[in-house]
Amino acid sequence: MSAVSQSNVGASTSISRAPTLIEKHGNIFFRWAAYLFAWLTVLLVLYIVYTITKQALPAMTKYGWGFITSSTWDPNTREYGVLPEIWGTMYSSLLALFIGSMFGLAVAIFLSEHYLAAFVFSLLKTVGLQFHPVCGKLPDKFERLFKNLIELLAAIPSVVYGLWGIFFIIPLIRPFCLAWHAKLGWIPIFGTTLSGPGMLPAAIVLSIMILPTISAISLNALLAVPPKLREAAYGLGATRWESILAVILPTASKGIFGAIILAFGRALGETMALAMLVGNSNVISWSLFSPANTLAALLANNFAEAGQKEVGVLMFAALILLGITVLVNMLGAFVLNRASVSQEGVR
Amino acid sequence: MSEPLIQPPVAPVPEPPVVGIDLARLDKSLRRPRTAFNFVMSGLTTLLTLMALVPLFSVVLMLLVRGGSRLSLSLFSELPPSAFEQGGGFGNAVVGTLVMVGLAALISVPFGVFGAVFLAEVGPETRLAKVVRMSAKVLTGFPSILAGVFAYGAVVLVTGGFSALAGGIALSILMLPTVMLTAEEAISMVPSKMREAAIGMGATQTQAVWMVLLPTAFPGILTGVMLAVARAAGETAPLLFTALFSNYWLTSGGRLDFMQPMASLAVLIYNFSAMPFENQVELAWAAALVLVLLVLTVNLIGQSMSRKTME
Repeated sequence: MSAVSQSNVGASTSISRAPTLIEKHGNIFFRWAAYLFAWLTVLLVLYIVYTITKQALPAMTKYGWGFITSSTWDPNTREYGVLPEIWGTMYSSLLALFIGSMFGLAVAIFLSEHYLAAFVFSLLKTVGLQFHPVCGKLPDKFERLFKNLIELLAAIPSVVYGLWGIFFIIPLIRPFCLAWHAKLGWIPIFGTTLSGPGMLPAAIVLSIMILPTISAISLNALLAVPPKLREAAYGLGATRWESILAVILPTASKGIFGAIILAFGRALGETMALAMLVGNSNVISWSLFSPANTLAALLANNFAEAGQKEVGVLMFAALILLGITVLVNMLGAFVLNRASVSQEGVR
Repeated sequence: MSEPLIQPPVAPVPEPPVVGIDLARLDKSLRRPRTAFNFVMSGLTTLLTLMALVPLFSVVLMLLVRGGSRLSLSLFSELPPSAFEQGGGFGNAVVGTLVMVGLAALISVPFGVFGAVFLAEVGPETRLAKVVRMSAKVLTGFPSILAGVFAYGAVVLVTGGFSALAGGIALSILMLPTVMLTAEEAISMVPSKMREAAIGMGATQTQAVWMVLLPTAFPGILTGVMLAVARAAGETAPLLFTALFSNYWLTSGGRLDFMQPMASLAVLIYNFSAMPFENQVELAWAAALVLVLLVLTVNLIGQSMSRKTME
């Protein structure tokens, strides 16, 4: 009798008990499911590469290396080559990278040096509210708001940027471009006139799209520079910009370099803004105002109407794009990884 | 008494000659090249930073002016106009975007969360986890058009036609890495005390995950899902040759049909922006406004949630 009551007491007061058979098997099943989905992720990447390669294989055997070095694209004569597209992809991305990293780095320095917070603080100081419980928080709040605004640049869909580029950027820069061409037409980069879409508007819009990537990752790299380095530079009498150029940027250089490479990867694969702005013509030209084409834009424009034969060729172009972007992205991730390791040493 | 062995120096330290220091040299003066350089560079940085925000305000302003003038409720109930037709709307495109993003979320969220549970809880240190993380990172940097190319090869060619399903699958590939990596971070941010307490009370790993880890990490996971949804809703390239476009509602015989081409806001903007008709261009601007409002709303909800969890 006492044994029964004790077991009853045990059951009613203790909240722990051994797992039931269902729970045990459920646990095993759950672990298996987690493993399954983990494997599926890896398989998905392999399957993507496999699908594209399989479709591209007939074209690869037929055209071989000539596909990369030829510059005609003519479905009627079945002659295909993507040299202009590779050129256009690289040229537009590098141009965008040049503009984008200039602005992106400026934003990162602006935020990491707390220019905005200092400005708001000095404004508050003139009114005498800098330590007010509510107003005193304003400098930080403004800086966070500013950071969010820069991030919003990345949130706007690329097709909207394309639309904006067609109806705002092209009419805006066209008079300048025509004037430059008239005066400086002997320089190759101003060699043609801008008649609507072209390389320059595409590169400008592309640079806006990669700016948030550059500024966000560079900002992290700049903020990770140990404060003692900056303080030591100030202690030796360096001005703010002397310490930025001689100490802070070199220390954060690997992170910034990684940011630029990742942004390059994004620029290479960006499709819609380029398909709408670059002009889609198979031209290899140094001119900023000449229409051109990129690999991604080629795919976007031709895939929907492609016949059975052309699909293989387009898949080959997609494979080339895949190879370039994966290579660049891995390089960027590698550099960033190295950067964070070397930063730990400084600290 | 003898004298102390060490004599204190008697001679006082001579006063530093005041005349030798030019105090004016220590003033901060813009005439000095170093200070002037500093001032110029600070000004340049501020200028470039402010210029970086010009596109954002310009885009928003143009959307409000050109898209806002055309915005009305009838846009959401009417079908896209054909070439010379006046009026019309993009009701089917709004529905199409929502349906395909929903479809993509339905695929990528369970996939991503299960993968994240593996990465953060079941086997965080295994070699498989490293490979999975690398795969997810490769997918993050994956050009969106290639997701479309893959869906074309794997779904469109297999099922024999453009379909909403193919569009949804293409979008889900783009959503997966965001969902998975943010969910992993959210789960591994849960204090290990909580997990250990659950295990210590006799919970199986499954119970610890479902009853402790996932509910605690829920806001973080939802943030990732929101950001992924916002990105997917704005994507055009993967839909161009998977879901294509359609001028009609996505029903056949009164029921939803996922195996038909489906309209989406993004593709509508792309198609109409290249048309020489004023009416279509206006509609493209209105559609862009609706799309940006949709994307920004989802994005801001996601961001505000991540801020709450951090606090």
